[in-house]
Amino acid sequence: MIDLHGYGWMLMDGLKVTLLVGVVSLALAILFGLFGAWGKLSSSRAANRIASTYTIVIRGIPELVLILLIYYGSSTAVLRISEALGNKVRLDLDPFTAGVITLGFIYGAFTTEVFRGAYQAVPVGQIEAAKSAGMGRILMLRRIILPQMMRYALPGLGNVWMVLIKATALMSVIQAEELLRKARIAAGATREPFTFYFAVLLIFLAITLVSMQIIRYLEAWAERGVRRA
Amino acid sequence: MDLLIVWDTLPAFLAAIPTTLLLTFSSLALGLVMAVPLAVLRISKNPLISMPVYGFVVLFRGTPLLVQLFLIYYGSGQFREFFEAAGLWTYFRDAWFCAILALTLNTAAYTTEIIRGGILGVPHGEVEAARACGMSGLLLFRRIVLPKAARIAFPAYTNEVIFLLQATSLVSLITITDITRVATVTAARSFDFFELYIAAAIIYIILVYGLTGVFKRIEHWMSGHLRERPGAESPAQGKAAVESVGGLR
Repeated sequence: MIDLHGYGWMLMDGLKVTLLVGVVSLALAILFGLFGAWGKLSSSRAANRIASTYTIVIRGIPELVLILLIYYGSSTAVLRISEALGNKVRLDLDPFTAGVITLGFIYGAFTTEVFRGAYQAVPVGQIEAAKSAGMGRILMLRRIILPQMMRYALPGLGNVWMVLIKATALMSVIQAEELLRKARIAAGATREPFTFYFAVLLIFLAITLVSMQIIRYLEAWAERGVRRA
Repeated sequence: MDLLIVWDTLPAFLAAIPTTLLLTFSSLALGLVMAVPLAVLRISKNPLISMPVYGFVVLFRGTPLLVQLFLIYYGSGQFREFFEAAGLWTYFRDAWFCAILALTLNTAAYTTEIIRGGILGVPHGEVEAARACGMSGLLLFRRIVLPKAARIAFPAYTNEVIFLLQATSLVSLITITDITRVATVTAARSFDFFELYIAAAIIYIILVYGLTGVFKRIEHWMSGHLRERPGAESPAQGKAAVESVGGLR
């Protein structure tokens, strides 16, 4: 087994932060994704434009650059703008908040596509049937569209989660106290970089394998009512 | 906004573009060379052959590239004496070698799965027809399976190219002066983080969509015999091509 020289607890603390960042970012990404999908499917041209620009721009920029831009850039930008308006405003995002916002924003672009596809997978006949049964838009969304959308969206969301949890490692660059950052500190103190980075590699691998199992289980659960030939 | 700093940094940015592209394409080429045989082994019915490849794929796809990069670049230092004795230390000391090694192994894992999907997508009838013509083994693979698989896998591979291009930004963290590092280093002196990272982001967007355009061209050229005759082309095709940009890593 790997000898962590008593730094194991530190990695565990980092793991907690990594998982917390992952879950909060995923929730944020789902929120952004629902808005994005609404924008893409909306009959309003302006909403279409905004949603398409969002997904196109996000997909063209590396995650690392966006994280650095939001963490270091936002405070400069706010300071500049407020100076131009005559008073100085300081905005200091802590690494956790900046990281979560960035990851949510980036993966929101991917969940947008997931939700758009899921909405389009709901058979039109069902929407017609709901309308003819006298359901209003909100009721139809709540009872007919959203429950089915979630089933179609599940594989895509699972995919986003697996990618997102790996991307949390980038937050070590802005000194968020997650797994990789803790490993860096431990590696510096013990002069055994391989030991600690390898431990982090194994932890991430474990997260991936466990996530794969959970997603498989969730998909089976969500499809329990689907009849197969 | 201080646009002057962006103008002053522009030569450094332009000089870094070849670095980013060189890292991307050398890793892609090496990764592709690895991935074709790996995909064939991955499909093998013998678990002793397919399982190790599957393990490689899961290891490199299931962990962050940044951790892989740090493990190779910083981690190798822990075994310095071993590498020195083996005469390999000059390589592992070099950030470029470590960057290309990590990127190559990473893209090889993703590409293996992409090519495997392509090979599995080749219609069985074509393989049967080739067998009936007397082809077997390598000839069948080279003439029938591989060309067809390449066409099937190409759209997914385009995504891989785009993702690897973006992933090269991580090498800025192990001291290689790519586009991202130019922004970081310049901003550390002048504090114009916002302007410089925006400039870097715009350069990446141009590269990403430029490359996407080039790969769509290649895809169009590869599937010439599958298209309708001129004039009969459906207008929906162009739109679908724009929509399918990007994917998930």
